[in-house]
Amino acid sequence: MMDVKRRYVIPGDVIASGPLRPEQNVYQDGDRIISTCVGISEIFENAVRVIPLTGVYVPKTNDLVIGKVIGTSPLSWEFDINSCFIGFLPAQDVFGRDYSPTKDELKQRLNIGDLVAARVANFDRSRDPLLTVQDRDLGKIDSGELIEIAPSKVPRLIGKRGSMIQTIEMATRAMITIGQNGWVVVSCDNSEGLLKAVEAVKMVDALAHTPNLTERVKSMLGVPEGENNDTIND
Amino acid sequence: MTQLMTEDGIRCDGRRVDQLRNISIKVGVLKNADGSAYIEFGKNKILAGVFGPRDVHPKHMANQDTGILRCRYHMSPFSVTERKNPAPSRREIEISKVLKEALQPALILKDFPRTVIDVFVEVLQADGGSRCAALDAAAVALADAGIPMRDLVSACAAGKVADRIVLDVNNEEDQEGQADMPVAIMPNIGKVTLMQLDGILTPDEYKTCLQTAIGGCRTVYEVQRRALVEKYFESGEQ
Repeated sequence: MMDVKRRYVIPGDVIASGPLRPEQNVYQDGDRIISTCVGISEIFENAVRVIPLTGVYVPKTNDLVIGKVIGTSPLSWEFDINSCFIGFLPAQDVFGRDYSPTKDELKQRLNIGDLVAARVANFDRSRDPLLTVQDRDLGKIDSGELIEIAPSKVPRLIGKRGSMIQTIEMATRAMITIGQNGWVVVSCDNSEGLLKAVEAVKMVDALAHTPNLTERVKSMLGVPEGENNDTIND
Repeated sequence: MTQLMTEDGIRCDGRRVDQLRNISIKVGVLKNADGSAYIEFGKNKILAGVFGPRDVHPKHMANQDTGILRCRYHMSPFSVTERKNPAPSRREIEISKVLKEALQPALILKDFPRTVIDVFVEVLQADGGSRCAALDAAAVALADAGIPMRDLVSACAAGKVADRIVLDVNNEEDQEGQADMPVAIMPNIGKVTLMQLDGILTPDEYKTCLQTAIGGCRTVYEVQRRALVEKYFESGEQ
């Protein structure tokens, strides 16, 4: 395992100085690299970044997000994606290239309030995020329980190579769809599994910064101690 | 007129000339705000709430290139001895602008074009130096909201009372003293974001006063830092 140096930082903390590459949530001031948010700093292979512990969701191209329809215009749907920007899903993405605003009714396919799993197709500073549902497992979500967690804690819920989410899914037999924007949909055929899975997701949200979280989730779900250990300090 | 300082340099509230009032900060006290902080700075009690980044209303205020910052400083009717009219006064409008300009250099708003960050500061109890205390609370609330910042902003006043330079001027000293100088700095980058001066100082006094205030800011920074660490890393593991 390569050496990763981690430290708790707040805005303005100097993480390191020297010839290092500034990545997410840091900036360079002379030869110092300074944190811009509250989080955990990482120095890994000459790159410095901070994993934030708070903050809003900023869309990135290719992110899987869960959005709620909040409106329609003649050519697109507008989505609340738990961000300061509104997501746009063009009608052609759902109806195909022969979409015509006079012939097709947008609300037949997706109505206001519907939840949709979508991917961010394009986003830059100049315009709002463009969504797409043209991929496997994307599209309208018909059933399940929506849980809102902090977007900054999504990586923790997924875990290393998906370890955390696999643990929860296997123990409860639930299907969990995680949007990078902090919205999570849990669906399960049996209600006990659903409740357990919801509780586990909420537990990860509340205790995301603590070590040995996978173990704690496992013991909460009643899974015997396994070999798949994942802690924030390893 | 009350006696502001005894001959052996003890001030009207019992402090030494270089002593701050007691400061305590609590982070994340409001559930509905994206970030919040509550500060007690001596007898000042101030609540700060941050919303955003979010959509700008009215739309014409939005900037295509960067996010914008709006600040509202407001004193509750019960914050002072005589009832204060809750409508924004000339002083409150001015302090709102001052707070905005003192916080703006610390924020990296370029990442959020077409959005706004709203900072609301409510003074529940005022006792002199409330703009500095408001600034300290607002900076911590912004960090709590996860807004990217170059550094925290720490503020503290210094002034001249009974011909001596003192740190952290309280209400009586502010009313009857000779000068009051609120200063805000970004402690890690070493830059000043606010410097006002009400009163007359000689060049030498000015330098001492500024240095005294900056020293106070650094002490305040430690309190701000501790408050954030307490909320986010309370388990204490490193």
